[in-house]
Amino acid sequence: MKNIFLVFKREYLVRVRKKSFILMTLLTPLLIAAFYGIMVWAAIGSFENELKSIQVIDKSGLFKTKFKNDDNTVFDFKDEPVATAQKKLKDQEDKLLVLIPADILQQPGGLQIYSDKSVSPLVKGRIERIVQQEIRNIKLTKAGITQAVIEDANQNVDAQTFNLDDEGKSQSSSTMAAYIAGYAAAFLLYIFILVYGAGVMQSVMEEKSSRIIEVIISSVKPFHLMLGKILGVAAVGLTQFLLWAVLTFGITTATQTLFGFNRFTAAQEVVDKQTQNADPELKKEMEKQQTGMVKQMNESMQSLQSLPLTQILLCFLFYFFGGYLLYSSLYAAIGASVENQQEAGQFMFPIMMPIIAAIFFAQLSINQPDGSLAFWTSMIPFTSPIVMMARIPFGVPGWEIALSMALLVLGFVGTTWLAARIYRVGILMYGKKVNYKELGKWIFYKG
Amino acid sequence: MNILETHDVVKQYAEHRALDGVSIAIPKGSIFGLLGPNGAGKTSLIRIITQITAPDAGRVLFEGQPLRPDHIRQIGYLPEERGLYKKMKVGEQLLYLAQLKGLSEKQAMEKLKIWFKKFDIKTWWGKNVEDLSKGMQQKIQFVATVMHEPELIILDEPFSGFDPINANLIKDEILELKEKGSTIIFSTHRMESVEELCDHITLINKSKVVLNGSKKEVKDQFKDNSYAVSFRGTLADLSPDFEVIANKDTKEGLAEAHIRILNNKSVNELVGRLISEVELVSFSENIPSFNDIFIRAVGGEIVGDL
Repeated sequence: MKNIFLVFKREYLVRVRKKSFILMTLLTPLLIAAFYGIMVWAAIGSFENELKSIQVIDKSGLFKTKFKNDDNTVFDFKDEPVATAQKKLKDQEDKLLVLIPADILQQPGGLQIYSDKSVSPLVKGRIERIVQQEIRNIKLTKAGITQAVIEDANQNVDAQTFNLDDEGKSQSSSTMAAYIAGYAAAFLLYIFILVYGAGVMQSVMEEKSSRIIEVIISSVKPFHLMLGKILGVAAVGLTQFLLWAVLTFGITTATQTLFGFNRFTAAQEVVDKQTQNADPELKKEMEKQQTGMVKQMNESMQSLQSLPLTQILLCFLFYFFGGYLLYSSLYAAIGASVENQQEAGQFMFPIMMPIIAAIFFAQLSINQPDGSLAFWTSMIPFTSPIVMMARIPFGVPGWEIALSMALLVLGFVGTTWLAARIYRVGILMYGKKVNYKELGKWIFYKG
Repeated sequence: MNILETHDVVKQYAEHRALDGVSIAIPKGSIFGLLGPNGAGKTSLIRIITQITAPDAGRVLFEGQPLRPDHIRQIGYLPEERGLYKKMKVGEQLLYLAQLKGLSEKQAMEKLKIWFKKFDIKTWWGKNVEDLSKGMQQKIQFVATVMHEPELIILDEPFSGFDPINANLIKDEILELKEKGSTIIFSTHRMESVEELCDHITLINKSKVVLNGSKKEVKDQFKDNSYAVSFRGTLADLSPDFEVIANKDTKEGLAEAHIRILNNKSVNELVGRLISEVELVSFSENIPSFNDIFIRAVGGEIVGDL
């Protein structure tokens, strides 16, 4: 036991002191914060456009009052021939030309927009919406429907979803929140297993190729060495996660206090800016949409809190260790069997396959958390950590979790045993091309 | 008293039998030469003694007791293939290795101070191993092998990679460790260092012990009862009691010959016979070198590294 701890301590300290670790740990939250900052800045900034003038030739005469000027856009109605207007556009006197044909009511596809550059989808959408809205209004009015009825008919539907808990009480839930939580947890596990599993392999290979292994192994049992190493690397991973969480939180909080805004008012500001700039017709619609979005966001935040967070966290820790132990011991066995990176490649493929498959199954399972694919892949130990983490936020029956956990324990005990058998022979084997048959033999070597 | 004995040790790797009924006895306080051509099974035997692997059959006794995991602390092992953690500092690395051998951090620190002073390498403490030369790394590794003051020290080709000055330094250390009561298993291909250092040897060839005993016993076994003679004059045929193996003239009017005694005649009879024929200048017994013994015992096969 003492030796496992010594190995663990060395592995941990050496890794945590590495420049690459310190750099990664410090830079990642900064990058996240910077990314977040740029997003907010871009969202606010992008609506502060320069004044835009748009030329309109309206041959139908129906839209004179419908295009309204605002802070950013001036609509300029012209009566000149199309060719003259096009020439002006070519000479770069004008920037944008909208051509509404006389028979627009019969041929809605006749609407044309000319520009010296490609037309931005925002502008195009805005013009289309105005024209479309007006055509619809005219046609509906002709059919005898009043404006009041039309407005009354514009209703947004937003379903609220509820989870029934055991006592039959309904609990507000958001599929969105579960989706995000599930996917985030699954993805974190996936990344961690891939990155740190490979880390274990590297470390084993380093000991083997530097030949220190023979000295070490004469004082530590191979199994203890392997275990100490795997646990040491896991602790490094946990440290990194923890530091990321603390730093990200710290930096974002600091930035927010520094610039005196908060996430939600910032979002509201964006909404305000957008609606302010839009024309009144659009404004209403956008406001509806946006309040819907904000409502949904707030709802998500609330229902994130309504998710069984403690359960998710505990399960995450369990599946994190289970999945990592299962795979990292296999990685350790590969590291022990080969002498260089190239050789490692051929053995890594079959190990990475189920990990990659697991994240794929997790994506499918999120869309159908109770399907049979979701069930089986969350039972098989090779995929269960990732898939089950994706499912848990949606609510999984207790017996399924218990069974999956029990199978995972069996799974990692099995792979660790197998890996240890290969490891103890592999680390002392040099100058031999290893294949699967050879590995199979090693498992049955005595002592 | 033997510090270590193996009895009929067998180790099988798939189709290859690495050790086949190997029995050795290592007297306490001796320098024990473990010799043999490449691939004979020396490393397999060492790995069994250091408990890296276990024998398939046979017994290993350490100070009369069956080998136990805690005996590891009384054994120091310098493998032929050396290595250290390249990115780790010298001092930290040695402390780590010492603690793995069961020393407390404080004990390890005290021992290391002595060794660093002795080898005059104090400035290396904070350096990364990869910044040291190969010879320097070897020294560090030697310290790592002996710092926990093991009773049994196993050195596999300890001089490889050392310049003559450092090789001498290590040789002196080995002799000093022996003075202090340690037993040393010395595995090498360099027969001149066997000649110089070893009290006992065991020769392993093709997984079996082919030669075993004290330096004198082994040499006696390989003596062919022949003598080197230098003289003035002409040597006639001495048969049937003596056989002249080689006879040639040298520059200064001297001749040299190798003569084997046959038919249970004594040395004095040979000397008497020689005096009657030639003017005798020198007379000595032919004692085989370990180099000759090695080659003869292994059966005149081409032996690598010799």
